Amino acid sequence: MAAPDVKYSPKPTPETAHFWEGTRSGELRLQRCGSCNHTYFPPRPFCPACQSEAIRVVPASGKAKLYSYVISHRPAPGFKPPYAIAVVELEEGPRMMTNIADCPQTPEALQVDMPLDVVFEKLDDEITLPLFRPAKGVGR
Amino acid sequence: MKPGSIAIVGAAETTEMGHIPNASQIQLHANAGLNAIRDAGLTAADIDGYACAGEIPTNVAHYMGITPQWVDGTYVGGCSFMLHVRHAAAAIAAGYCKNVLITHGESGRSRIGLVRPVTQPESYAGQFELPFGPSGPPTMFTIPVMRYMKTFGLTHEQLAMVAVIQREWASRNPRASHKDPITVDDVLNSKMIAYPFRILQCCLVTDGGGALILTSADRAKDFPTRPVYVLGTGESTESPIISQMADYTSSRAFRISGANAFASAGITHADVDHLMVYDAFAHLPIFGLEDLGFVPRGEAARFIWDRNTAPAGKLPMNTSGGGLSYMHSGMYGMYALQESVRQMRGIAPAQVDGAKISVCHGVGGMFAASGTIIMSNSSVN
Repeated sequence: MAAPDVKYSPKPTPETAHFWEGTRSGELRLQRCGSCNHTYFPPRPFCPACQSEAIRVVPASGKAKLYSYVISHRPAPGFKPPYAIAVVELEEGPRMMTNIADCPQTPEALQVDMPLDVVFEKLDDEITLPLFRPAKGVGR
Repeated sequence: MKPGSIAIVGAAETTEMGHIPNASQIQLHANAGLNAIRDAGLTAADIDGYACAGEIPTNVAHYMGITPQWVDGTYVGGCSFMLHVRHAAAAIAAGYCKNVLITHGESGRSRIGLVRPVTQPESYAGQFELPFGPSGPPTMFTIPVMRYMKTFGLTHEQLAMVAVIQREWASRNPRASHKDPITVDDVLNSKMIAYPFRILQCCLVTDGGGALILTSADRAKDFPTRPVYVLGTGESTESPIISQMADYTSSRAFRISGANAFASAGITHADVDHLMVYDAFAHLPIFGLEDLGFVPRGEAARFIWDRNTAPAGKLPMNTSGGGLSYMHSGMYGMYALQESVRQMRGIAPAQVDGAKISVCHGVGGMFAASGTIIMSNSSVN
């Protein structure tokens, strides 16, 4: 009995709804502390560095670099092995897990520290996932 | 807790190890627990403190016929048992109980009555990791390594050597799952699981269990076994999801747990004769050696390559064969503790001659938690 070949679907909570609303509208959203200026992810309604509740949602530039990754050869619903499971470091500092789009899923093509840009992949009406692809152009 | 004031007076594993298709998980707890009770010359009626992880302590205590006055169900993954030892030592010192039993049983391979945490889709893991296709620890625990490789120049051959040397130790252990020698080429030609990790760099999936009995050192002489004293302990946690681990070249939880264990034991690294570092994957002994302070950052792979942790090396490590070759039912920490106790009792299959101090270091989750126990066959160091 094969599992349905669709990606795992996350369920937003009251504390993370703004993030998923953001990806739906093509914006990657972080949070920033008004007390200590710490920019953080994943979402929570207080600063994990100083616990201040004076926080606000800020859009990220979408620029990142490849921090680390593996290339999974294991089966997973919605994926065709081999595929990279990556962690990227955003320009603003926070890191997040993602996949690398528009790029061969090989060690040769996936260079640690390579510049990346966010791209959005609609999963269903509620969930749009933030993926990253190699940055285009020079000067970065 | 004063160093050496608490002793391990009972220790045993399940009668069978590896593939146990005829026992459920709770029975593996009981089998290991009853073996340890017999080892200590006690009966279940003598046990007044009880701890386990994964299973609810109530279930196992009831199943075994134990009436505890102190209970600990701390469950932070595979190092939970190190935390149980630490908490039990404090409870005995506080007078809450006299004889603590810690059990572990896990039907990791046969999956009979296996208890595993369910990841909710609302959790951080469910929202911010699982949609990107990780399928179990081999595809998550391993993610930091490419960053470590770039930072310190760790090579694929060096990462493979970790598994090669542990197999050398396993070849000396009749109960090890895999005993045939392997080479670096064998490792690098084995099935790719999650680049850069191949199957021989990933832990086994087995059935088994183990149990410990702790009491106060002043009562230890009344037991038939050679006492193994708890000198120092540490514990900590970091991030439940690998993407939020602060530094991909070093574990904060390892550093805190290790430093507290050494400080409370009042020993230096030069005093250590034997080391267990939880090895669910081949990079963990590298992180462990560095974060516990045995070698400077970035130098552990060369230290292993140069055979310092191999048989006849100056710091024998993972002498049972470890999670890579001995056994790994899912939460491995109990088996690391068992090997440290065997080494301190002087009865290990690959006994380190004259070993007096053993450091046993565990990880929980994927660099999510840590526990460290330093033990000795002498109550004074």
